[in-house]
Amino acid sequence: MAHSYTPGLKVLKKTLFSKERILPLKGEVLVKQGDKLSPETIVASTSLPGNIQMLKVNNILNIEPEDVKACLVLKEGDSVKKGEKIAETAGFLGMFKLSVESPVDGTIESISDSTGRVVLREAPIPVEVNAYVSGRVGKVIQNEGIIVTSIASFIQGIFGIAGEKQGVLQLVSQDPSEELTAEKITNDMSGKILIGGSFLSLEAYKKAMSCNVAGIVIGGFNYYDLKEVLGYNLGVAITGTEKLKTALILTEGYGSIPMSKATFDLLKSHDGKNASINGATQIRAGVIRPEIVIPLKDESSEDISSNVQEGIQEGSVVRVIRSPNFGKIGTVTSLPAALHKMESETMVRVAEIKIDGKNFLIPRANLEMVELQ
Amino acid sequence: MSKKITKKEREFYLGFKSKEIIEEEVVNNSENHPIEKKKDKKLPKQTPKKNKIKSILATDCGSTTTKAILIEWKDNRYRLTFRGEAPTTVEAPFEDVTKGVLNAVMEVEELSGRTILDGDEIITPDNGEKGVDIYVSTSSAGGGLQMMVAGVVKSMSGESAERAALGAGSIVMDVLASNDGRLPHEKITRIRQLRPDMILLSGGTDGGTTTHVMELAEILAAANPRPRLGQNYKLPVIYAGNNKAHDNIRKTLGEISDLDIVENIRPVLEQENLEPSRDKIHDLFMEHVMAQAPGYKKLMSWTDAPIMPTPGAVGFLIEMIAKKENISVVGVDIGGATTDIFSVFEGKFNRTVSANLGMSYSICNVLAESGIDNVLRWVPFDIDHSNLTNRIGNKMIRPTTVPQSLEELVVEQAIAREALRLSFIQHKAFATSLKGVQSERTISDAFEQSSSGQSLVNMMELDLLVGSGGVLSHAPRRQQAARMLIDAFMPEGITELAVDSIFMMPQLGVLANIDSKELKDDANQAALEVFDNDCLIRLGTCIAPIGKAKPKSKMAQVSLSFEDGSTKKVDINEGSLEMLEVPYEPVKIEIQPSRRIDVGAGKGEPLSSTIYGGVVGLIFDGRNRPINLPKDSSERIQNLLNWSAAVNEYPKGDLF
Repeated sequence: MAHSYTPGLKVLKKTLFSKERILPLKGEVLVKQGDKLSPETIVASTSLPGNIQMLKVNNILNIEPEDVKACLVLKEGDSVKKGEKIAETAGFLGMFKLSVESPVDGTIESISDSTGRVVLREAPIPVEVNAYVSGRVGKVIQNEGIIVTSIASFIQGIFGIAGEKQGVLQLVSQDPSEELTAEKITNDMSGKILIGGSFLSLEAYKKAMSCNVAGIVIGGFNYYDLKEVLGYNLGVAITGTEKLKTALILTEGYGSIPMSKATFDLLKSHDGKNASINGATQIRAGVIRPEIVIPLKDESSEDISSNVQEGIQEGSVVRVIRSPNFGKIGTVTSLPAALHKMESETMVRVAEIKIDGKNFLIPRANLEMVELQ
Repeated sequence: MSKKITKKEREFYLGFKSKEIIEEEVVNNSENHPIEKKKDKKLPKQTPKKNKIKSILATDCGSTTTKAILIEWKDNRYRLTFRGEAPTTVEAPFEDVTKGVLNAVMEVEELSGRTILDGDEIITPDNGEKGVDIYVSTSSAGGGLQMMVAGVVKSMSGESAERAALGAGSIVMDVLASNDGRLPHEKITRIRQLRPDMILLSGGTDGGTTTHVMELAEILAAANPRPRLGQNYKLPVIYAGNNKAHDNIRKTLGEISDLDIVENIRPVLEQENLEPSRDKIHDLFMEHVMAQAPGYKKLMSWTDAPIMPTPGAVGFLIEMIAKKENISVVGVDIGGATTDIFSVFEGKFNRTVSANLGMSYSICNVLAESGIDNVLRWVPFDIDHSNLTNRIGNKMIRPTTVPQSLEELVVEQAIAREALRLSFIQHKAFATSLKGVQSERTISDAFEQSSSGQSLVNMMELDLLVGSGGVLSHAPRRQQAARMLIDAFMPEGITELAVDSIFMMPQLGVLANIDSKELKDDANQAALEVFDNDCLIRLGTCIAPIGKAKPKSKMAQVSLSFEDGSTKKVDINEGSLEMLEVPYEPVKIEIQPSRRIDVGAGKGEPLSSTIYGGVVGLIFDGRNRPINLPKDSSERIQNLLNWSAAVNEYPKGDLF
């Protein structure tokens, strides 16, 4: 039987979701294997080295860099308070002394002979990692963090911005092809994760930000409008560190594209439930797709979807991921071996797809597996 | 243990002989390089030579797609017989580059009816019905290296460091400089946020003051940047600044980073020395790509020769053409993430990797750098900005798709023109500064910090322009490839055009470099024969007179004498584009340019030559240089439609 590899996004009603929750530096893991977790549970903590202040002591005291050490009243490793004297010149006959005070509370980290700089380090910054999603501790990674596991519904988007958010899902658009307009977004949606349909305008996104909406899951958004949201042109699809109040996850792509019915129905079925989302995207080696995770009450391992992905075959359900028919879902009826000529005159391997009762020949490269249950 | 880069690999990767002698010593540093531990070096698989090699399987793992070709011995010569392609599988759920290889090979199996795989293994040798005799591969998969660079003065050492990084194939995330206006804590925050794969630090001339470069080093030390690869991995830092600071640099950065010290990028103010830094970045780039594309170890165990980075293989072939025919050549390989440009002028080879310009992963960078109006100017129909940018954005987030409709194709080819044009600007700026072995710009250039000045790249001298990469090799009509090359590179005078027929130059490059005794002769013969017979498609010749000309005035008259004895005269008028279908055969020409027009012999000076047609023919380009399009949209569209029609670029229908 002919078969063909096609990438795909996951839309899973019930799966075993797992995610690493790791500290940036070694620290302390605060939970143990098997512990029950809520998204806010702090699972590990450490301290990041404090902020640095660099004092050009030689410039301030008008001396050579190599003379700085002799003028210091404190040494490396000493604690210092804001306003406390760090260095002072001898002056002339004890007069006309120049001195340098510390601008912050901290520690003298280093003194450079070559540059005359004194590096002050402020108090360590505590860093904590939370569980991100309701679930259990699947595995403890000594001194680093954990792997959290959760029986959950799991949906991948195609592109997102901003990082992790948690909130209650709220269905706003009643249909996958309905636009989520600014008027539909109201102040009582603060902290919620909104489910939209085909399109979110820039105006609606701004309204969501002003209403402190935690996140929006939508079919499409204009690429052009990203610049105003991000403050720069997004040249390469690597996101997740944007400091935005409202995360945005596109399920289909740029433009107005109805959300896939399977995705919409699954989200709709969880209206009112808690969800964790992450808009981080990385389209390069080590691909990361944005995600929506909805932990289920039923923690049994029955009916869990497997992750085996073989590629499209006759009978596979696929989504069209490029114009024409962008966003439409269909079923593969055949996979001809021979190359076919498209309207663009490109010769490609095609799949015959039935969409809404009609047959189309679509390049296999323009199809995406719809991994459903 | 860090991977040893052999001299041969470096030569292949760089495409030219490095003057440095590569140290053979292997550095055992497993803490810093946990990716590969080569206690016992595995020798490449050897196919015992009994008879002539009858079949060769070769793959190229690109950042977007993996291509497989089958070469067979038929009728007493080697020919390319079948080709398959599949998306590169760095993405979940596979996260294994060999899956994409197997998928591409499966396509070859289906198209050829030949069994090559036994489950997940390539069958070797060829027993007549199944298998292949040898398997080789190239790769550029992985999405690239992301670096930060730092220099004392942004427009001097900062710029030089950026050029070294870009030329080595890296994406430059940020350029820090003492005078970039950011306070130390802002710089530190930025370093911590970006999590680069590597940092290049430069600054100060040799023997000069070390203060400023040490200040930068102290900022780096204070930031203590963490790489993305894990907590036990030290960030590679390359120091290429004032040699007087070496000891202090070691003291400051030696503990917190995996420090390499190389020659100063700016040893004196008026000299730029990029090669040592570039070499070091190349070495680490290869390791990084290997690390970022899982499945590489498995792939390496399958191949009969070391896996070559794609640019090295393509560069080798470009240099081979230039040497063989004693001509100046520019070659381009436009891929999903990067655009590589190779040039040979006055016998000197140069390569640049525009790591931020490509047709899928970095397609939106092209849009950002060129500006939407520059892309729109090549689109011969009305389309609003939102629609255009959404299409381009969707290609970025779904990089493996292909244009099905004609509109989609036209938009892709419009943006390809800009990617090629911008990459070539970067290449010209880079090649401009290379003179002799190493030395770069003169003191006046150093102060001006401009890319003007003596240039190796001379479009009037260019003999051959070769295109490779999906958008060029897969263009449904060869006329489209010819147009993209001419519009982007703007060749002057007489220039031959060619494309890699189905993007197989990388595979042929690695075949041509097999040096195992058992395989060398047949593999090299296969590479040359397939290159001559199947790879290089001669498109034809572009004749582009340049100079001051009034609109629609006659710029030159070309008298042509064909092999069959017939003759023809063609007038090249200002603003026009015309084509004559002429096959690949010699045509004698005499060109008489108008008084202020140059076609290669000087203004107003006639020129006689022999040129060749090709699958497209002869293109007479009177649009002058640079090619200016009218500001008025309907006039611009009409011009584009006329030019398309003149070369039979697109099928006639609603759009054309």
